[in-house]
Amino acid sequence: MVATPEKPAYKVIGTRPVRPDGVDKVTGRAAYGADVVLEGMLFGSILRAPHAHARIKRIDTSKALALPGVKAVVTNADFPAQESGTLDLGEGSANPKWLVDNVLAGDKTLYHGHAVAAVAATDWHIAEEALGLIEVEYEPLPFVIDVREAMLGTAPILHHDLRTNVRARGVDTPKDRETNIAMHMRIEKGDIAAGFAEADIVIEREFTTSQFHQGYIEPQNGTAYWNQDGQITVWTSTQGSFSVRDQMAALLAQPVAKIKVVPMEIGGGFGGKIPVYLEPVAAILSKKTGRPVKMWMPREAVFQATGPTSATWNRVKIGAKKDGTLVAADLELCYAAGAYPGSAVGAGVLCALAPYNLANQRIDGYDVVTNTPKTAAYRAPGAPASEYAVEAVVDEIARALDIDPMEMRLKNAPEEGTTGSTGAPWPRIGAKAVITAIKESPHYNSELQGEDVGRGVALGFWFNGGMESSSSAMVNPDGSISLILGSTDIGGTRASLAMQLAESLGVSYEDIKPQVVDTDSVGYTAVTGGSRTTFAGGWVAYELGQEIRKRLVERAARIWGVEPSAVTYGDNGVITGMDKDGKAQQFTFDEICKRLPSTGGHIAVSVTSRKNTTGPAYAGHIADVKVDRETGKVTVLRYTAVQDVGTAIHPAYVEGQIQGGAAQGIGMALQEEYWYDDQGRLRNGSFLDYRMPVANDLPPIEVILVEVPNPGHPYGVRGVGEAPIVPPMAAIRNALRDAIGVNFYHTPVTPTRILDELLPRE
Amino acid sequence: MATSEKLVITSNINGEERTFLADSRDSLLEALRERVNLKGVKEGCNNGNCGACAVILNGRLVNSCCVMAAEVEGATIETVEGLATPEGLAPLQQCFLEEAALQCGICTPGFLMSSTALLRENPAPTDDEVRFWLAGNLCRCTGYDKIILAVQAAAEQMRAPKK
Repeated sequence: MVATPEKPAYKVIGTRPVRPDGVDKVTGRAAYGADVVLEGMLFGSILRAPHAHARIKRIDTSKALALPGVKAVVTNADFPAQESGTLDLGEGSANPKWLVDNVLAGDKTLYHGHAVAAVAATDWHIAEEALGLIEVEYEPLPFVIDVREAMLGTAPILHHDLRTNVRARGVDTPKDRETNIAMHMRIEKGDIAAGFAEADIVIEREFTTSQFHQGYIEPQNGTAYWNQDGQITVWTSTQGSFSVRDQMAALLAQPVAKIKVVPMEIGGGFGGKIPVYLEPVAAILSKKTGRPVKMWMPREAVFQATGPTSATWNRVKIGAKKDGTLVAADLELCYAAGAYPGSAVGAGVLCALAPYNLANQRIDGYDVVTNTPKTAAYRAPGAPASEYAVEAVVDEIARALDIDPMEMRLKNAPEEGTTGSTGAPWPRIGAKAVITAIKESPHYNSELQGEDVGRGVALGFWFNGGMESSSSAMVNPDGSISLILGSTDIGGTRASLAMQLAESLGVSYEDIKPQVVDTDSVGYTAVTGGSRTTFAGGWVAYELGQEIRKRLVERAARIWGVEPSAVTYGDNGVITGMDKDGKAQQFTFDEICKRLPSTGGHIAVSVTSRKNTTGPAYAGHIADVKVDRETGKVTVLRYTAVQDVGTAIHPAYVEGQIQGGAAQGIGMALQEEYWYDDQGRLRNGSFLDYRMPVANDLPPIEVILVEVPNPGHPYGVRGVGEAPIVPPMAAIRNALRDAIGVNFYHTPVTPTRILDELLPRE
Repeated sequence: MATSEKLVITSNINGEERTFLADSRDSLLEALRERVNLKGVKEGCNNGNCGACAVILNGRLVNSCCVMAAEVEGATIETVEGLATPEGLAPLQQCFLEEAALQCGICTPGFLMSSTALLRENPAPTDDEVRFWLAGNLCRCTGYDKIILAVQAAAEQMRAPKK
C-alpha cells in the first residue's frame, strides 16, 4: 500500500473486521427478497413479448382467469394513466410514462421479452401455466437494434412523440421531427481546430462495444401487500429503498406516506437494481386479490428485460506532438438507451478524457432509443465504453511515437488545479500517484516471456457522487450504539459506515451495531450506487459522531456544573474537564453512557445530509495476455489493478471491490455480450451462453492501493467500486495488440474475433 | 397441460428425517425452499449454470434445480443450513468471513457446499484445482480471489491435527 505522509493515525479505519451481516450470509439465514413468506401469499408471473417490436392488437385473459388457482390477471390498463414527467432515480432519472410502459407494455412492445401481462395464482406452477392461456394478438413492426442505424432518418421509429433534446450550442440537430435520438449533448473546451493544427500526429478511430449485463446472481424480485386500509408494503432487493418508494408512488398514483419499502438483503446489483420491474405489478395484483403477492424473475427474463448497458459506437480523434503531449481531442459518442431514453452517455462524455490534461477538446454525446431492453446503470455507468476508446487511441499514439505508454500518460496527467472537460479545476486527485505506482510496480517491471504474449495498460476514471443520505444513532447505557442506516448494503457498507462512526467517537467497531431499515424508519437516503455510500454515508456517520460528542460533552458539563466549552471530547472517547470546584474530572465513553438514563435520558440523534462534493478516483490496470492461435482463446496470465482509493476504510473490502470490478471488466473485454438474431430476439439469455468469468477464467488479481485523501471528505474517502471496471477493456485490447500485432476496434474480443483476424493471414 | 400431483416425500435433511408435501413438478430447489423452508438454498438461474442452489445429495454435489423433488425419497441431503454446529461455524464458514470471501452473499451458500464437497474429496488442493472445482459456481462480486484464499485457509485448518 502506498500511504501518503499526511494520513492521520486512525484506530478503526484501515482495520479489517468481519462484516456485521457475515454470519447470516454464511449460514443461509440472511433473508433476501425471494425469501419472503407471508400468510396467504400468491405467486405472480409475467408473460413476455416474443417480438422485437410489435403493436398489441388484442389481449384476452379470460382462459387464464378460468384456470383453477388463478386469482388475477393484469395488464398496463390496470395502472393509473401517466403523464410525461421526470422522476429522480438517484443514478439517472425516469419518465413515469415510460417507466410504467416498461413495467407492463402499453400499446406497443418495444423489445423481445417486454412484459405484457401478469398473473397471480396460488402456486407458481399454476401462474406459469396460466401465462400460456393468455391470448395476445401482435402486429409485428419493423425494428432497429444497432445504435447507428437507429440514428438514421430511415430507421423505424420507436416513439412517435419523441423529439431530440439538444443540449449543445451551435449544432444543427433538428428538434422538430420524429426521431430515435432522444438527446444530443456537447461539451467543449479550448479550440480543437487550433489544437489539431499543432499536432505532429493525429489518430482517428471508430469503436463499438456490445451490450453487457450486470450479471447479479440474485434475480429481480418483489413482494407487495396492498392492505384494505390503503397502506402498501413492499419487500424487495434493491439498491435504493427510497427510490423504489418514489417510483411506486408515481406509478400507483399514491401518496408517498402510504408506501413502505422494506429492503431485503440484496444479492448483487451493480446499478441494475435501481429501476422497479416487478414491485408495481405485485402491488396491482395484490390490490386486485386482497392478498400479498410475491414475484421473482426467471434468469432468462433478467437478461431479456432488465438493465443491460448500452451498446455503443464511438469515434475518437486525438492529436499529439512528437514528444507525446496531447493537444486536441474530438469525440463522438453514441449510446443505445434501449427501448426508452436515458442511457448513461452523459457520464460517458464527462469521464472520457478525465485521465488527461487536454487543452482543446470537444465531446458530442447521443442518447438513442433502440428495440432492446431499457438500459440501467452498471458500475461506472457510461464510463467504460468511452474511456476504452480513448485509451485505445492513446495507446496507438504512444506506439507510433515509440514512447512508453505510462510515461506518455504521466506527461499528460491531470492534477490539482488543471481543468477537466467541463473547464472546472480538479481538487486534489491521485492520477499521477496511480501512474507512478504502476511504473514502480513489480508487474510493470517484470519481463514477459513466451510466444504470442503481450502486455497492455489503461487508465480509468469515475467521479464518485455525493447526494443525500440519512442515519440515526441511539447511544445505549452500556456504551454500545445502535446505528440505523437508510443505505441498503450491497457489499459491505454496514461495516464501512459503522467503522467511520466508531472512528469519529473513539470507540471500537464492535460497540456499534448497524442495521438497514425500512423507509418508515429512517430519513431519506439516495441509492447505494455510484460508489457514493461509503463516501456520503460516511459523511453522515461522521456528522452523527460529532453530534453525539456534542451531546455527551453537554451532559458531562451538566454533571460537573460547568459550561460545555470547558469540557473536551478526546479522539480516544475520553471526556475531560474541570468540575465547578476546579477539580480535574474525566469520563470514559462507557462511564458517561452509564450515567445517561439518570442525568437527563438517553441520547438519540439523526442526520440527513446532502453533500455536493465528489471523490474523483483514478485507476490504472496492467494486463498480460497469451493468445492461442489455434483456438483464439485468450488467457490472462497476470493482472494488476492500481487505484487511488482516497482512504481505505476496510482495506480487504476495498480490495474485494477492485477485484470484483476488474473481473467484470475482463468479462466485458473477452467473453460477455448480448447476441440478437435477425429477428431482433436475444438468443443468449442464460448464464451458459452469456459467459461471465468463472474462477478458472481469471488469474489472481493483484491490487495496489494508493491513498491520496479526498479533501472533500472528513476521512478522505473517495469511493471505490466504480473505477475498477473502467480500464480492463482497453488494457486487454492493448495487450492483444502487443501479443499478436492486431488492433481490435470492437469489444469483447472473443475467440471468433481473434480467429477472424489471424486465420486469413496464416 | 402439465399434470400436478401431490407427493409425500421423506428424506434425511441435514441429519434429520423430514417428511414434506411436494408438487410433482417441483425441482429439489423448489421443494427445499418453498416446501421445507430452507431458504439458504438460493436460486440464481434455475438451469444448472450458476451453482447458487448447490447441495450435497447422497454424498454428491448437485445443483438442486436440476434434480426433481420426486427423486429424493429416502435420500440424504446436506444444505448450507447444516454446516454450522452448536459449537460454532464450520472452518469454511469462518474462513469465508475472515478472508472477506463474500460481498452480497447470494452465491455464498453454493460456494460453501461446493467447497465442502471439494475438501472431502481433495483435502489439499492446489489453487488451480480449487479454481477448476469451483468453476460451476458463479460469483459476480469478488472476482474469486478471496474465495480461493478462504477455501485454502479452511483446508489448512481442517488438515491440522486435532488438539
